[in-house]
Amino acid sequence: MKQITDAETPHIPLAKAKAPSLWNGDLVKSSLKQAVWKLSFRKLMTNPVMFVVEIGAIVTTGEMLRYLISSGATPTFSFTLQISLWLWLTVLFANFAEAMAEGRGKAHADELRKMRTDSVARKITPDAIVEVSASDLNVGDEVIVSAGEVIPADGEVVYGIATVDESAITGESAPVIRESGGDRSAVTGGTVVLSDEIRVRVTAEKGESFLDKMIALIEAGVRQKTPNEIALALLLSGLSMIFLIVVVTVSPFAIYSHAHVSVTVLVALLVALIPTTIGGLLSAIGISGMNRLYEKNVVALSGRAVEAAGDVSIILLDKTGTLTMGARQAANLFPARGIDVMDLAQAAYMSSLSDETPEGRSIISLCKDKYSLQNINYDDTTSETVEFSAQTKMSGIDIGGKQIRKGAVRQVADWAGEKINDELNQIVEDVSKSGSTPLLVAESNKILGVIELKDIVKPGIKSRLSMLRAAGIKTVMITGDNPITAAAIAEEAGVDDYLAEATPVSKMEYVKSVRAEGYMVAMVGDGTNDAPALANADVAVAMNTGTMAARQAGNMIDLDSNPTKLIDIVEAGKQILITRGALTTFSIVNDVAKYFAIIPAMFVVAYPGLEVLNVMHLASPESAILSAIIFNALIIPILIPLALKGIRYQAKSAASILRKNLLVYGLGGLVVPFIGIKLIDLAVTALHLVSLAR
Amino acid sequence: MTWQGSIQVFIVLIILIPIAMLLGSYMYRFLEGGKTFADRPFKRLEKGAYKFCGVNPDSEMVWTRYLFALLSVNLAGFVILMILLALQPVLPWFNPAHMTRVPFWTNLNTSISFITNTNWQNYSGETTLSYLSQIWLTVQQFLSPVSGICMLLVVVRGFSRSSCKTVGNFWRDFIRTIIWLAIPIAFIGAIVLLALGSPDNFNAYTVAHTLQGHRQVIAQGPVASMTSIMQLGDNGGGFFNANAAHPYAAPNAASLIFQLILGMSIPVSCIFLFGKMIKDKLQIRPILLVMGVLFIAGTLLMYHYEAAGNPALTAHGIHLASTQNYEGKDSRFGIGTSTLFNNSTTAVSWGSVAASNDSMTPLGGLIPLFNMMTGEVIFGSWGVGMVGMIAYAILTLFLAGLMVGRTPEYLGKKIESFEVKMSVLSMVVPSLAILVLSALSVALPAGRSGIFNHGPHGLSEVLYAFASGVGNNGSAFGGLNAASPWYSATVGIAMLLGRFAMYIPLMAMGSSLAKKQKIPTTAGTFPTHGILFSVLLGGTVLVVGVLIFFPALALGPLAEQFAAQAGKLF
Repeated sequence: MKQITDAETPHIPLAKAKAPSLWNGDLVKSSLKQAVWKLSFRKLMTNPVMFVVEIGAIVTTGEMLRYLISSGATPTFSFTLQISLWLWLTVLFANFAEAMAEGRGKAHADELRKMRTDSVARKITPDAIVEVSASDLNVGDEVIVSAGEVIPADGEVVYGIATVDESAITGESAPVIRESGGDRSAVTGGTVVLSDEIRVRVTAEKGESFLDKMIALIEAGVRQKTPNEIALALLLSGLSMIFLIVVVTVSPFAIYSHAHVSVTVLVALLVALIPTTIGGLLSAIGISGMNRLYEKNVVALSGRAVEAAGDVSIILLDKTGTLTMGARQAANLFPARGIDVMDLAQAAYMSSLSDETPEGRSIISLCKDKYSLQNINYDDTTSETVEFSAQTKMSGIDIGGKQIRKGAVRQVADWAGEKINDELNQIVEDVSKSGSTPLLVAESNKILGVIELKDIVKPGIKSRLSMLRAAGIKTVMITGDNPITAAAIAEEAGVDDYLAEATPVSKMEYVKSVRAEGYMVAMVGDGTNDAPALANADVAVAMNTGTMAARQAGNMIDLDSNPTKLIDIVEAGKQILITRGALTTFSIVNDVAKYFAIIPAMFVVAYPGLEVLNVMHLASPESAILSAIIFNALIIPILIPLALKGIRYQAKSAASILRKNLLVYGLGGLVVPFIGIKLIDLAVTALHLVSLAR
Repeated sequence: MTWQGSIQVFIVLIILIPIAMLLGSYMYRFLEGGKTFADRPFKRLEKGAYKFCGVNPDSEMVWTRYLFALLSVNLAGFVILMILLALQPVLPWFNPAHMTRVPFWTNLNTSISFITNTNWQNYSGETTLSYLSQIWLTVQQFLSPVSGICMLLVVVRGFSRSSCKTVGNFWRDFIRTIIWLAIPIAFIGAIVLLALGSPDNFNAYTVAHTLQGHRQVIAQGPVASMTSIMQLGDNGGGFFNANAAHPYAAPNAASLIFQLILGMSIPVSCIFLFGKMIKDKLQIRPILLVMGVLFIAGTLLMYHYEAAGNPALTAHGIHLASTQNYEGKDSRFGIGTSTLFNNSTTAVSWGSVAASNDSMTPLGGLIPLFNMMTGEVIFGSWGVGMVGMIAYAILTLFLAGLMVGRTPEYLGKKIESFEVKMSVLSMVVPSLAILVLSALSVALPAGRSGIFNHGPHGLSEVLYAFASGVGNNGSAFGGLNAASPWYSATVGIAMLLGRFAMYIPLMAMGSSLAKKQKIPTTAGTFPTHGILFSVLLGGTVLVVGVLIFFPALALGPLAEQFAAQAGKLF
């Protein structure tokens, strides 16, 4: 598999993609405005739970007016007024949460939109080159773009090579090279050519370009709901429906029992019971999940993919650039029999002096660090560098009458005219078996020894993979290496399995076969040869530097082109699900405390014995009901930061994650409202907000 | 409360488990392939049955066809019952007591009752039904529980099959369960009951002259055989109105305990059958644990409240040597055994009672009521309890499962919106039916006039009637004019909803699960065999029940208990 050049450059943190501070002033202000605007029925229809609350608020407001008109400002009026107020606030808080989440996404979409200004394209027609508006381009048209011009549409370079500034979409300030043929031929509309001239064939219709898609995705408006979100929303509507019937049937039971229960109290009971906490935060959780991915510079082309990332059970990782540093590094020197290791080091050093490849530089630093060689002065004029070529498979230097060569074992041995003895052969074989590459060093007609070039596994990758294993995710390394080398590196990196001598077909077949066993597969790819496998994977992350084929086969685009990010994506997917599940559980078990507050308050007049159920010793029926409703409203803004940031995910086994979250959100959800309602009741009583008649 | 009284529930469970293990693997063998010791005679019978019914037992069915076959069997049973009961005086056979026509509403209610495995009886069998009618009711007592096993098979095949469009063949499942399971065990049960003292004959009722010189008609008939299938099939349609409290139905404590074990054997076996079918015995543990703990807790709580007696007595300063609440209980069985039997009747859903629920203390009566409100998943009747628990497991996993950061899955199948929708539907429609029908009954004059007690006790009576109907339980709290057209019709609706509003969505869910591919288990999979899951599952059963019924229960049994503590009675 080819190396990913951009991955080698260190990732520069991007100012733009950084998370805006949670309570950013402008964002809060515009979100508040949005919260009111979202009160419209049409907007709220999409959220049945909040819709019920709004209807409830309207009903109690009507009741309040009725009391006001019929008997003036009585205590009943004041109670109904306060209940109505808190019901309206409940809806506003939920709207605010959603607006906050959307606002964070929108800020970025606006930036992208600025780039979509209509540019002029130079279209190639059979007769001449004509200037047309970019919006008039069709798929298959070819255009010429020169230095300083904006690329008018998504396309593929069919001729030429150019440097392109893609910082607008990637945030990466270094220009990238785009050339015809190969894996770097894709260009994105809206990016700017910095040098040279290229001929581009348009591959996307206006409005369907990569940029358009990204804007549409980032703007929460067109965000599709994910399967789990749909199932959960369904469950929440179901619960609202159930509680509606529960509350409606309470009324005849109460009449039968000679208990007078006002409409306001019934509405309060309904709102307290329906899952308003999760209902109010559900969409915010989903939107901010996508935003969190965006903050990691990943654009998910579908919400389904984000969620699938949480379910992934096999991750396919490229060896080069993902698990290993990419370039091989010199790790050891093995002198041939009768050769002093310092002589070998000296020769290796000399041979690499003018070798500017990462491998050459690593040999220099090995000799300096391990064998304490000082800088050697040599006369440039008398030396002659021998460049590496595909035919000779060796490089070196002729200096002061000495000829030094290093390179592939067989070729160097032939050059030296010496037979490789058994001992040396053993060294060469051992090095190969450990997954490294042996380089033979010879001076004039004498073999000096072997340099071991090691594929260095990235530091920290092993611990990260073992965390994934604990979370039940299997990692598979894909490499073009032979099985022996692959096995050695797989062992060193700590992957569970490997696919050696991978071809586009074998990769795709592998993805298909594990999917047939029921595993969910995630993979990263950049080249056209990855496209078939990407198209078959559940989570397919395409590098932004990759070819158009790869980008079209993927369902996520990594703007940084950093393959290790797959692990982050999986964690982000899990985080969304965990946050949703935890808040749902929290919301539902909250009802227990609310029942203990409201039910005795409703019926204590008819059956004084039910005072026993008032375990919180709330001051009066009215204060109990009001406190429950205030708690119900306030818990939404209190949990907004949690919904937007998501609950931290640690790669652990399902059982231990569950234990922890169940303790915090399950047991917490049971206990917290008891304390919260009691405290609010104390405040309500102290402020004399309602009648304290028992 | 004595230790002897408390220990009974454990003894019963200890006897039951090995029986259920054996029966479970026996059921697995004759239902899902394999040999049993009784194959030779049964296979011949089986072939005859297919021929007689003109059905093909080999073609696999999609779930809708399976359901259609099941419904048609139920409908046929309903029609036959309606006709038999209506034409009772005209039909010349087996009617020595010259029973007359069964009134329309009672007929409708009874016919629904016996096809839905409810066996709610708003009539006295010994004074209303001819022997012919009783015989067909007995036939229904074989057919209706077997339908429950069929539903279980469809749902569990959802997990055991993978990427499969069909759910099995109804005729094969249905007929095999009758021949291999229902008939032989009911036969053995009847012999044992005969030995323990129940009569079994077709004689005319005996007329006796008592010592006081009164004339007494002693009812009798095919009591042992009917009691056997009534208990085994968790039917509860007893020969006598007094049901298991009648000395011929349960002549002694040994007979009563035998009936208890008979009634629980198949429901508990269903858990082991489930484990066998999904080929994962570990999954039996949480289900057995949750059902067992809820069962034991219910029994002991009920025993506790009955042994503690009526709080109103203490409130009024009346101090007795024993406060035990003996009202409505058979002194042969005592408080411990009576409460064990009555708790089991609503947990396991057989619906016959050994003591009067109406006479229980308010909280003592709350326990059997709540058992039914959980959807009868504490063992439940044949297959139904197990399937109900699977629906709860799916809901539990969907709520809590998200918390591990994966799309929830159960037994290797992904739980998606369709499964959530169907399992919630199967739970909620029946539960809401209890609330809505009870609310209508206390709101409308037709319903109110049938309530014999006022205040919270009256509300408990109404709630119990509909919970029993919806739960296809058939036991009665009492204190309600159940034979009135209003209650005949509404309880009839409750029974139909309780049966089919649960069957249809769950069978659809089974089919949808069967179509899915199995997901391999990894460390990231939510483990569903440990204590943690058991606690969650049990918690969900309780929380769902409490959330839906708390307001109603507060105005019923809870209000009554607290009022009684203050000395007020209703």
